[in-house]
Amino acid sequence: MINGFADALQFSFMRNALIAGVLVSIACGIVGTFVVTKRIVFISGGIAHAAYGGIGLGYYVNYSLLPVLFANSASFSNNRPGSWPLIGAILFSLLAAVIMGLIQRRTRQRADTVIGVLWAIGMSVGIVFLDISEGYKVDLMSYLFGSILAVDRVELVIILVLDLVIIALTALFYKELIAISFDETFATVENVPVDAIYIGLLCLIALTVVMMMRVVGLIMVIAMLTIPAAIAGRFFKNMKLMMVGAIVLGILFTLVGLWISYTWNLTSGASIILVAGFAYLISLALPSLKGKQLKSA
Amino acid sequence: MEVETIPREVISIRNLWAGYEHEQVLEDINLSVYEGDFIGLIGPNGGGKTTLIRVLLGLLSPAQGEVQIMGRSVQEGRRAVGYVPQVVNFDRDFPIRVWDVARMGRLGHRRLLQRYTTEDNTLVAEALRKVEMFNLRKRPIGELSSGQRQRVYIARALASQPKILLLDEPTSNVDPQVSNSIYELLQQLNEEVTILLISHDMSAISAYVKSVGCLNRRLFYHGGKEITSQMLEQAYQCPIDLIAHGVPHRVFIPHTDSAQQDKKL
Repeated sequence: MINGFADALQFSFMRNALIAGVLVSIACGIVGTFVVTKRIVFISGGIAHAAYGGIGLGYYVNYSLLPVLFANSASFSNNRPGSWPLIGAILFSLLAAVIMGLIQRRTRQRADTVIGVLWAIGMSVGIVFLDISEGYKVDLMSYLFGSILAVDRVELVIILVLDLVIIALTALFYKELIAISFDETFATVENVPVDAIYIGLLCLIALTVVMMMRVVGLIMVIAMLTIPAAIAGRFFKNMKLMMVGAIVLGILFTLVGLWISYTWNLTSGASIILVAGFAYLISLALPSLKGKQLKSA
Repeated sequence: MEVETIPREVISIRNLWAGYEHEQVLEDINLSVYEGDFIGLIGPNGGGKTTLIRVLLGLLSPAQGEVQIMGRSVQEGRRAVGYVPQVVNFDRDFPIRVWDVARMGRLGHRRLLQRYTTEDNTLVAEALRKVEMFNLRKRPIGELSSGQRQRVYIARALASQPKILLLDEPTSNVDPQVSNSIYELLQQLNEEVTILLISHDMSAISAYVKSVGCLNRRLFYHGGKEITSQMLEQAYQCPIDLIAHGVPHRVFIPHTDSAQQDKKL
């Protein structure tokens, strides 16, 4: 079976899938570590689902708007959705991140309700846009459940660029990101621009979510964002090590999940999540590093 | 010549009213903190202790009145304040080491995109040595006892080279011995910095601080160390339910000179 999987690497779609898996795991490990330690899983879910509105908009632009605007051009008569849904998702998720972040900061109460409402509105906008778009829409499911095997070269480039942006921003604002994750009040007193950094973090989450949508699908984004970081957090008591651990685990889960998916012909996104989920349950049963250190001390 | 003997006023609160939308928690507060002071403010829960701290940190704007730190606005002046928060809802799993927590005290001295410098590292090491936590600098913060953690937070505040230390219930989660050792540490630090702390643990405070005030919506502070029964009566306006060393919710005899009783304990 391993040989079969190696053979499969002859196919460019399989190679693309592996590269996408590695690239997405890097962003996931870094951003997921903040999501887990700062406990902002719910707002991350909200951003992910609101991004669906952007996918619907992207489809609409691609199938209904552009063909009208460029009626004479042959290049828009294809059946592929192109990069428009991805671009739409990036814009929508960034917008959702900023709006949700501002609401969370400005309103004193029930911010989680507002986030839940925006979550639903975003998804509904996406569905309605899809309804009014013309053409073939079977690809829609691939954003809900992921289709890592369908990642093409253009998308790989977009994912790589997003990765670099995420790594650069995290490195540049590392001390502030840690400060607001650990103790926001203290960071405020030290005159760190806490709100701006927080909304920046939400934007990083938004970019990561868009990348992950392709791999595991929007419904399972949260699992992939939190599980590797959560497992790594049980064994590493240092933010940087936790990130590295989460990245390695994410890559591992993607590879094993892809292999399972290929070998038994199962949905790739669900296979990856099941591998990650089982690993998480096993890690809960293992003694954490903390326990070991205490015994040896 | 006289000017030199008058200590500098580091915190000035004039006619301060503050609170939340429909309710003023602090009413007409006046307080002058001078250089070298070691002031303990006590008061019941809901008496506005935390609100006062939030105003001093610039986290809550006053409804009325004026607050100045080092003769500047709170937003500017808070650079001179080392804040030691009350440790509640602490996440033991947060992946961070003692050293990195203490180094956050340097955040205010470094701008965005600027890295910590060797000078920062020297100051952080110095601060950790002062609170005797340098040897544990590589420990994850979650593996410390609550007393050790409190020392790390004090080190973090010291790392910012403050003129004033502001502490919120510094001994709320620690046992009496540890509590005493923390107050001894503060007494030591007081040789260099001004200290203002709030607590509901009156008996511990009175043995170490230079002066005591009572805060319950209004502030009763006369710059002295004695808590008079009159102050308590004004502040609490009810039979006094004080918390003694290691004996939670022990009720003292109301309206007597409880400061003296505390010393005997």
